[in-house]
Amino acid sequence: MNYYDINSLNQSIHGTLSSLMPEGLAITLEGIAVGLLIIVLYALLAIVLIYMERRVCAAFQCRIGPNRVGGRGGLLQVPADVLKILTKEIISLRHADRFLYNLAPFLVILASIFSFACLPWNQGAEILRMDIGIFFVLAASSIGVLGILLAGWSSNSKYTVIGAVRSGAMIISYELSIGLTVLTMVLLSGTMDIQEIVMEQEHLWNIFRGHIPALLAFCVYLIAGNAEANRGPFDLAEAEQELTAGYHTEYSGMHFGFFYLAEYLNLFITAGIASTLFLGGWMPFHIPGLDGLNAVMDWIPGVVWFVGKTFAVVFLLMWIRWTFPRLRIDQVLTLEWKYLMPLSLVIVLLMTLCVIFGLVL
Amino acid sequence: MATFKEYFRGWATGLKSLATGMGTSMKVFRQKPVTEEYPENRHTTLHIPERHRGRLRLVTDENGQPRCIACGLCQMNCPNGTIQIEADTVETPEGRKRKQLKAYHYDLGSCLYCQLCVEACPHGAIEFSNDFENAVFERDRLRLDLTKPEDNRCHDWK
Ligand code: SF4
Ligand code: SF4
Repeated sequence: MNYYDINSLNQSIHGTLSSLMPEGLAITLEGIAVGLLIIVLYALLAIVLIYMERRVCAAFQCRIGPNRVGGRGGLLQVPADVLKILTKEIISLRHADRFLYNLAPFLVILASIFSFACLPWNQGAEILRMDIGIFFVLAASSIGVLGILLAGWSSNSKYTVIGAVRSGAMIISYELSIGLTVLTMVLLSGTMDIQEIVMEQEHLWNIFRGHIPALLAFCVYLIAGNAEANRGPFDLAEAEQELTAGYHTEYSGMHFGFFYLAEYLNLFITAGIASTLFLGGWMPFHIPGLDGLNAVMDWIPGVVWFVGKTFAVVFLLMWIRWTFPRLRIDQVLTLEWKYLMPLSLVIVLLMTLCVIFGLVL
Repeated sequence: MATFKEYFRGWATGLKSLATGMGTSMKVFRQKPVTEEYPENRHTTLHIPERHRGRLRLVTDENGQPRCIACGLCQMNCPNGTIQIEADTVETPEGRKRKQLKAYHYDLGSCLYCQLCVEACPHGAIEFSNDFENAVFERDRLRLDLTKPEDNRCHDWK
């Protein structure tokens, strides 16, 4: 049962537009509209996430957080900061590689918009859908590393190069764990298509279906995802105390804003993929057998489920971030290569065995 | 084999300490913020710890007379020369000579808040109040004479 399937709405919009104009033009128009929608959503979510981060971080440190600008909640603090950053000059450095320097922020933002577009918001609300969806997300999000490396290298400064190299080493290592845990869930679902992964959790979310291996995979994914998003305790790419701001030290104005935006959206994407793979994406909470409960859960729209779960995971990631101190680069690599990677291999094996012997629910 | 065991012990201790950390931060998360929104909550919820050292004040006895006997120990113990005692010598009815406090100069601007003077006083004649609103516009206004009621008057915050 799904009351909020918007496929029919999509089709009727497409039908109306195609009857008014040639189909090619209609598709172009729809593409532009959806593209604008993504970008607006992207910016809005960034503002929400930054505000949330400040409040949550404040609470973890026994503070209040922003509460002056815009009434009691400080709701206008982040929009004010955005306006400020928009008015700042974008400086150009004398000995920088001008082209790569300007390209880098766009690569970073491109990578995160690509993966952002793959998130399953609702039934029928998938924007990029392909058979290899989750594989595409992994591939697209890796473009971001390229942007970071280019940013570090092209700005012709020691801080940025050190930051970029660190982040390159780290992200490439943690990609392994992410890949393996994603593989685990693909094994369980039997498909790489994000919508199908969601559909197939109709009876029970993956984290319950796959019990022990899925739970372990969830933990590993969260740790590795935190590292992928370059967030504490893995934020040594921009370690403020040693490297000023790491790879984006030399950027100003909106170029810096892009890096900042991408950092927060990567957090959201990491959480969104986690909630897709493990917590059923937009799928409401169902327990096989309890039809009454399932029917009630169906009344809550999928997008609410998706955003709710994603923000729950975001909170979990923030909790991790504001609890643990930053690791050194050797500790980061030790954690991945000696602990997480072997563990993820074991998880893959365990999941394979569970699936073969029909031990999943 | 030993390293194998160590490896798993590393896992166990690591996970345990991580879980402890998460627990601790969640405990803090649920606490009330300690932030004081100062000017707004001045008359409502402002909390200044009782032991906060705001400014020195002379303790008076039940007749409103300072307990100080002008012995000068506080002045001698002050590392900054913040305190200057002025005393008169008076004759008691029994015919004994005794010092009487005339002025207790206390330079708030050079006080370290080290509390050595309070520790040194044999009579408990001085104490720190937690009145922290000490900002004034001129340097001279910080040179206080604690025997004057207007300089010795300070607010006790809860
Ligand atoms: S607190 Fe320290 S510096 Fe201040 S008056 Fe007393 S002894 Fe001197
Ligand atoms: S030590 Fe006490 S009694 Fe002696 S002069 Fe100072 S305040 Fe007065």
